[in-house]
Amino acid sequence: MMTSLLESIGYVGWVLHALIWLPILGVGLVLWGEEEVAKKVAFWWSMGVLVLSLGLWWAFDPTQGSMQMESSTPWIETWGVSYSLGIDGISLFMVLLTTLTSALAILGSFNYIKERQRAFYALMLLLQAGVVGVFVATDLMLFYVFFELTLVPMYFIVGIWGGERRIYAAIKFFLYTALGSLLMLVGILYMAFTANELLGFPTFAYADMLQVPLTGTEQLWLFTAFALAFSVKVPVFPLHTWLPDAHVEAPTPGSVVLAAVLLKMGTYGFLRFLLPLFPVAAQHTTVVYVMLVLAVIGIIYTAWVAAVQPDAKKLVAYTSVAHMGFVLLGIFALTVNGLQGGLIVMISHGISTGALFLLLGMLYERRHTRKIEDFGGIGRVAPLFATVFVLTALASIGLPGTSGFVGEFLALLGVFETHPTIAIIATLGVIFAAYYMLPMVQKIFFNALDKPENREMQDLSRREMVILAPLCALMIWIGWNPTPILERMEPSVRLVLERVQAAAPAGTLGSVLEPGSSVVIVPAPADLEASDDLDGGDRSTDDD
Amino acid sequence: MELDFSRQLHFFWALLPEIILCTFGMVVLVAGVSGKYKDADKAPSGDPSFGTTADLGWLSLIGVLIAAGANGWLYGVKEVGQDSMIALDHFRLFANWIFLLAAALTILISFAYVYRQRLQAGEFFALILFATAGAMFMAGARDLIVIFLGLEVMSIAVYALTAFNRRDRKSAEAGLKYFLLGAFATGFFLYGIALTYGATGSTNVAVIATSVSSGAATAGLLTIAIALLVIGFSFKVSAVPFHMWTPDVYEGAPAPVTAFMSATVKAAAFIAFARVFLVAFNDSYTTWFPILWWLAAITMVSANLIALVQTNVKRMLAYSSIAHGGYLLLALTAANPTATAGMLFYLLVYTLMNIGAFAIVISVAHQAEERQYIDDYTGFGWTNPALGVFLTIFLLSLAGFPGTGGFMGKIYLLQGAAESELWWLMVILVLTTVASYWYYLRVAWLMWMKNPTSDGQHDLVITPFPMRLALVVCVGLIVYTGIFPGAALEFARASVQGLGAFGGGIVGLAP
Repeated sequence: MMTSLLESIGYVGWVLHALIWLPILGVGLVLWGEEEVAKKVAFWWSMGVLVLSLGLWWAFDPTQGSMQMESSTPWIETWGVSYSLGIDGISLFMVLLTTLTSALAILGSFNYIKERQRAFYALMLLLQAGVVGVFVATDLMLFYVFFELTLVPMYFIVGIWGGERRIYAAIKFFLYTALGSLLMLVGILYMAFTANELLGFPTFAYADMLQVPLTGTEQLWLFTAFALAFSVKVPVFPLHTWLPDAHVEAPTPGSVVLAAVLLKMGTYGFLRFLLPLFPVAAQHTTVVYVMLVLAVIGIIYTAWVAAVQPDAKKLVAYTSVAHMGFVLLGIFALTVNGLQGGLIVMISHGISTGALFLLLGMLYERRHTRKIEDFGGIGRVAPLFATVFVLTALASIGLPGTSGFVGEFLALLGVFETHPTIAIIATLGVIFAAYYMLPMVQKIFFNALDKPENREMQDLSRREMVILAPLCALMIWIGWNPTPILERMEPSVRLVLERVQAAAPAGTLGSVLEPGSSVVIVPAPADLEASDDLDGGDRSTDDD
Repeated sequence: MELDFSRQLHFFWALLPEIILCTFGMVVLVAGVSGKYKDADKAPSGDPSFGTTADLGWLSLIGVLIAAGANGWLYGVKEVGQDSMIALDHFRLFANWIFLLAAALTILISFAYVYRQRLQAGEFFALILFATAGAMFMAGARDLIVIFLGLEVMSIAVYALTAFNRRDRKSAEAGLKYFLLGAFATGFFLYGIALTYGATGSTNVAVIATSVSSGAATAGLLTIAIALLVIGFSFKVSAVPFHMWTPDVYEGAPAPVTAFMSATVKAAAFIAFARVFLVAFNDSYTTWFPILWWLAAITMVSANLIALVQTNVKRMLAYSSIAHGGYLLLALTAANPTATAGMLFYLLVYTLMNIGAFAIVISVAHQAEERQYIDDYTGFGWTNPALGVFLTIFLLSLAGFPGTGGFMGKIYLLQGAAESELWWLMVILVLTTVASYWYYLRVAWLMWMKNPTSDGQHDLVITPFPMRLALVVCVGLIVYTGIFPGAALEFARASVQGLGAFGGGIVGLAP
């Protein structure tokens, strides 16, 4: 029924455009409206966008792995840049996560943001548009534009409404990310230049880039440029130092969006661009080990660092790095389980860490402190609050039956299939997760109710319950029944892996970097138009 | 209409926009000393936008608009051959659009400044027109001597403009400094012309090109000539290490003059630089390629690093303009049609964003030279939201951020560099761009993320009607070229057609 309803309104034809442009329209509405109603306009507007995006769940064809709902309009014809959008099993959930967390973050900031509300909600909507754009762009230049555009609203959100050291945190966030992404820009231009030479027409389209044959050396260089951009965003140890600062200083809604979707832009970039575009480099033994080891260091090291944080928000910020380590681990396992696990961790982390930041924000609104030692025994005066917090914390740790478990289990399983030693070490990270999260929960909610200020603590208000209910429901639903999600992402994930495996069959990995050798993937000219899908028709793999 | 320059009158037609500008310049000059305006500098009263001295500004603006009309008319005029003294190609006409735009914007943003500083309006606006005419001569010249004439017409007018505020010591100092160093650079330039003549037997760009490509030119002499001309041009485009005058002059000169200088003088020098090196010395590409490569690299790195520590906005923008000169040198180093078109496009966008930024600097400085420090911008965005948003857009564009013309310009330059495979220079460009984010964003953060240090800090900020007009034009065009750059890109691309053979065809050179 849902499907036919969506068909009758031509949903697939316009939905992706609407998800980008409606929030931008909302920016105008908020700015030109009254200061007092700004938050309501922004919230209902983003709710509308969320409802609109939910249709994707039904309109999406789970059997197809390649891009769906594609559309392409020339944008800058001289350069071959086009405004092309599309969605597949990898980006579908990122888009849904974005629309969901944006709406909830806006609702969650009603009490937190007291000043300059119009500007704040306008920036939140702009950020939402930018992030959706990142996930649905299928043109490299368009992707880059959205990728950079998300920086500006976030920079101002942290810098204007943030805490004490907000300016330091904002500028650090901005410069770190920009450094990586500008090198990626050179990489993109290199690819476009090569594509123009080989295909004979200027293009930045993702589908065309997949056709460009690159030598092993070229792939390694480009991989490095792209990986740097995405690693800063993820963030991968040791490029993670901007994250705790940005998270702690950002206002609650800023932290929520940052954790839930902005970090995902990095791991999404790994899946969407690094693996399919540079398959030879992506499975080069050294590269794989470097990434896996960095991921494991990220998991273990940040877990230890998190354990000693006196500031609850900073603690959660560090756990983000650890979670993203699991994503990276899953991705570089280069197996179906690993990639799917990585994706589920991305979703699960978005939900559970988003919820944790919202909860900490609610605590902060009540007590104006984030120090763990200032709390204690809150569970007695705010039982509902404590229940939700414990559930969220357990989902974050990865307790079986919650979303976190599914993701981490699959990611670790994936790594175990290819790199058992790494998997065993990484599993320690799950234990450490309990080690940093549970004491915090205990100190805040259980110990003795010994501070008089805490006796007056209010329990969750109705608005807060509305915010948290969908997140809690998702944590449990994904934990018990991940199949609908897994089956939607599987074809796309397989396509990525097929492409990686096709580029360099096992055994030739060592030889691809010898001088003169190249992975030649030359499609016949006629195939170029025909093969839009990822595996590109009858591409032959010819090494040496 | 076809011009073969067999008769004097043909030169008249070919130089019509320049002649119109000069005529208006003289009219404005004479009107400025007539009875009505003679005492205008003594007692300022009334609206700076209309009446009294403002009339002269509007008159100059009409002159610029008529010259623009003539420039448009020249698109219908064809020249016979490609070796006359005056070029009639689209390259020149595109450059003329940039100069006329810069002149119009400068006039619009100077109204209140001239009025409040009690400057001699007639002389001020006339000198702007003369300098613009000089810049247009440079762009239209196909003979080294004519380039030199244009350079001098432009430079002398700008020297005078720099020292124009005779009540301000810094202005006088800047004028003298600019004059002395400019004269010194002119010496190099003239010597370069002389040696070029010695090596090739001509000062005509087309004849030099033939002489160089046929190997008739004396090689040793030519190399020295090229080196001297590079030095001469480097002074004018303020490439490091020939940039020493720039920060002092930009800081000392009246702010509208700084805006004009940073756009027009730089653009004119780059256009002439491109014509001489891409056409006349095209076949010596291997000689000058390494020189320009290093100049570009050093300019980008040092200018962006020094800009980091500036506390005066005008000085910060001066170093920023030097850095942008470095990006443009990258285009010259690449020496291919894409890069040259990128240079034209970038100069256009750069003119818009730089003059726009200076317009707001002038407003914050109370139409004077008062509040020039970066700290003076604290909380500016919240007290003047429109100006704050505009300045943020200009800064983002200068930083090359997506959604602005500056981004598209940078991409165009990078694409040009990619065609000549200057990968390392491209990496230097993007890394120094990250550094530039710091100093551009610093103004943005003070504007939006801090509260004013005192109440009423920005109460005296005024933006009269002409300046608002200029700001809207700048912001509109920057956002437009940032989102729909297609038309401007193709226009720039078409304008470099037939300019020269472009030595950038030789790829993969290492400096």
